[in-house]
Amino acid sequence: MIRKSPATLRQLIQEVGTVDAIGIEERVSKYGTRSIKKQAKRAGLKLAISMVDLTTLEGKDTPGKVASLCQKAIRPHDDPELPTTAAVCVYPSMVKYAAACVRGTSVKVASVATAFPSGQLPLKLRLAEVRSAVDAGADEIDMVINRGAFLTGELAMVQDEIAAVRDCCGPCALKVILETSELETYDLIRAASRLAMQVLREGDFIKTSTGKTSSNATLGNNQVMLEAIRDHYFETGISIGMKPAGGIRTAKQALQFLVAVKETLGDAWLTPARYRFGASALLNDLLRQWVKETTGVYQASYTFSESSSAY
Amino acid sequence: MPAKRTPVRELLFGNLWEYDPAPETADPNIQSRYQLFINGSFRAPLTKKYFDSLSPRNAAKLSEIPIAGKSDVDLAYQAAEKAFSSWGKLPGKERGKYLYRIARLLQDRAREFAVAETLDGGKPIKEARDFDVPMAAAHFFYHAGWADKLEYVAPGRQVSPLGVIGQIIPWNFPLLMMAWKIAPALAMGNTVVIKPAETTSITALKFAQILLDAELPPGVVNIITGAGETGSLIVNHPTAAKIAFTGSTVVGKSIQRALAGSGKRLTLELGGKAANIIFEDAPIDQAVEGIINGIFFNQGHICCAGSRLLVQESIAKQVCQKLKQRLATLRTGDPLDKNTDIGAINSSEQLKRIEHLVQAGIDEGATIYQPACQLPKNGYYFPPTLFTDVSQSQRIAKEEIFGPVLSILTFRTPEEAIEKANNTPYGLSAGVWTDKGSRILKMSTELKAGVVWANTYNKFDPASPFGGYKESGFGREGGMQGLLDYATID
Repeated sequence: MIRKSPATLRQLIQEVGTVDAIGIEERVSKYGTRSIKKQAKRAGLKLAISMVDLTTLEGKDTPGKVASLCQKAIRPHDDPELPTTAAVCVYPSMVKYAAACVRGTSVKVASVATAFPSGQLPLKLRLAEVRSAVDAGADEIDMVINRGAFLTGELAMVQDEIAAVRDCCGPCALKVILETSELETYDLIRAASRLAMQVLREGDFIKTSTGKTSSNATLGNNQVMLEAIRDHYFETGISIGMKPAGGIRTAKQALQFLVAVKETLGDAWLTPARYRFGASALLNDLLRQWVKETTGVYQASYTFSESSSAY
Repeated sequence: MPAKRTPVRELLFGNLWEYDPAPETADPNIQSRYQLFINGSFRAPLTKKYFDSLSPRNAAKLSEIPIAGKSDVDLAYQAAEKAFSSWGKLPGKERGKYLYRIARLLQDRAREFAVAETLDGGKPIKEARDFDVPMAAAHFFYHAGWADKLEYVAPGRQVSPLGVIGQIIPWNFPLLMMAWKIAPALAMGNTVVIKPAETTSITALKFAQILLDAELPPGVVNIITGAGETGSLIVNHPTAAKIAFTGSTVVGKSIQRALAGSGKRLTLELGGKAANIIFEDAPIDQAVEGIINGIFFNQGHICCAGSRLLVQESIAKQVCQKLKQRLATLRTGDPLDKNTDIGAINSSEQLKRIEHLVQAGIDEGATIYQPACQLPKNGYYFPPTLFTDVSQSQRIAKEEIFGPVLSILTFRTPEEAIEKANNTPYGLSAGVWTDKGSRILKMSTELKAGVVWANTYNKFDPASPFGGYKESGFGREGGMQGLLDYATID
């Protein structure tokens, strides 16, 4: 299954093709001009809710905090028309608590692993972390790639590590975090996407960021990765999912990302099986807008907390 | 890895999540009947004749537009000549104030003008809103800035206005072309008699109200409407010091013939058949986006449309596949809907011309591709169209279609691309897509086109001169060069 990976970064970029930054940004600026109103807005909000990986990744996370997050994921709001979120996303030590809370529901447990967010641990320890998260009951693993190795051109090492993590995942879906802000250019984001996808399975994901750096998911890097997924699909027939994470706080932003999916990959990716939002505060804004669409009026500012600590 | 058999791999762009209709609702304030704007007031045409202006969106009548005859044109020129004696001597700073005021008033009423432009011309509201109206205002702002700095347009030399300018503009960007014409002429101190195209006179006549609100002195701008006969009255009037025309090459040539020996100055901005050249090292997805923008912007009703796609053979298949995928997500339909990408064809005549040329393409052996799309029943619409297997000798590769129709040709080497791109009577614009900077410089030197865009397409700025080579005309609009075309230099 593993293709022979290109020997150098230069070869990889040549193989994948370059990206024009101005062109990409011009393209994505048009997503913002799509007018999403009425039924389309309600459907979009619902879809976005069903795609949220409700996330808490803090040093101060406790079993209690994780439990209330799980409750929020299972039942985001009183309105029975609304779906559950796709998953909760936690650190490995919190997986067992989360797994107990969501058992019997459609909410999955995703765990970051591989020395998230830096990835700066020996591979052996990173793989052990993955195994322990899987053993504790995680359904999905969010790993980080070895950006240092990627930037120095050790491409085979990056790819082999992803393959090793994949093999530790068993049936769990794998999400590969590229940490786009550390790759910096669209050329490298596209190249890294391809490198990762070559060793991924149908239903695995590529993901923009950890949310722990200054710059996270943008419509621009989302677009570059969606296009990489499209090209990979046409080349191999394998459908890889996409997860923008960090920085998507408002319903309006989320709808723009969904417009990008609709117009780049089409209907088959408009499902939580293929597209996720790594977010926490986003969920309450989606609900705020949902209630506004339902009742015609905005709720008081204290109805839906801006902070996910209040979930 | 999939097995040896190749399964069908397709992306489904369906209606799993469909956008609701999102019509723009601002009131365009269109009167049921308009009058000529001469000497600072609205007056009925002495011909007492009017014609109906239809909306290409649904073929419904929008308004009645006056037909100006000889006496009306005489009055307009008299008013302009009289106004020139004071306007031309006004300090540049004072002229600038009027232009700034016009620009701001246009911005204030941007939504209203955008809706009127869309109803009258058929272009998608998002283009009228995000391009035409803001760009028209930008041209007034830019030239307002020049009005008191004219001594720097041609350093060391004296510039002075020409007098009364006769101007005739096309139907593809009615308001914007009007701004392109009026703003530099006025900044330099000229006065104008201008005629919009007959199918798109409404925003010009609405603009007259802005001139009144700006308290522009009477006669500085006179707006005359009517068809070709009115246009020839403007061209042949003895008072005109210069004629500025934007439109078809056929009409441009006849104007040039008519003016020969008259001593009147002339600038022409005519047709085009631009080559958009994609090299194998280009950023492909962005190039595809640029191709789409190049040919489908304003339904292809644009003289600099990238209507001839030249793709390097090694990537032709890939580019065509991506173009077809992209076409599947373009939304053709009601131009008033904010989500419409391709609106209505400007008139039934233009629609017939497009249909005729597309049929010629099929008859001459090119392969046509049109995505499945539902067009509105009433009004004038044409689906986005690609032609592959096109050769240089076919009509669709040579003639300006002025519609959403792209002809795809291939080339093997840069020299061949240059040869093919220049093998046309036109020379207005071209596009080059490559990652190699030195190649961009080489191509832009050798392509005989007034504008060469590199890794982008259809970009405009008031500071950037626009105009053509060969049968695409002469003279420039915008920038210092554009201003100098409205001046005598001593």
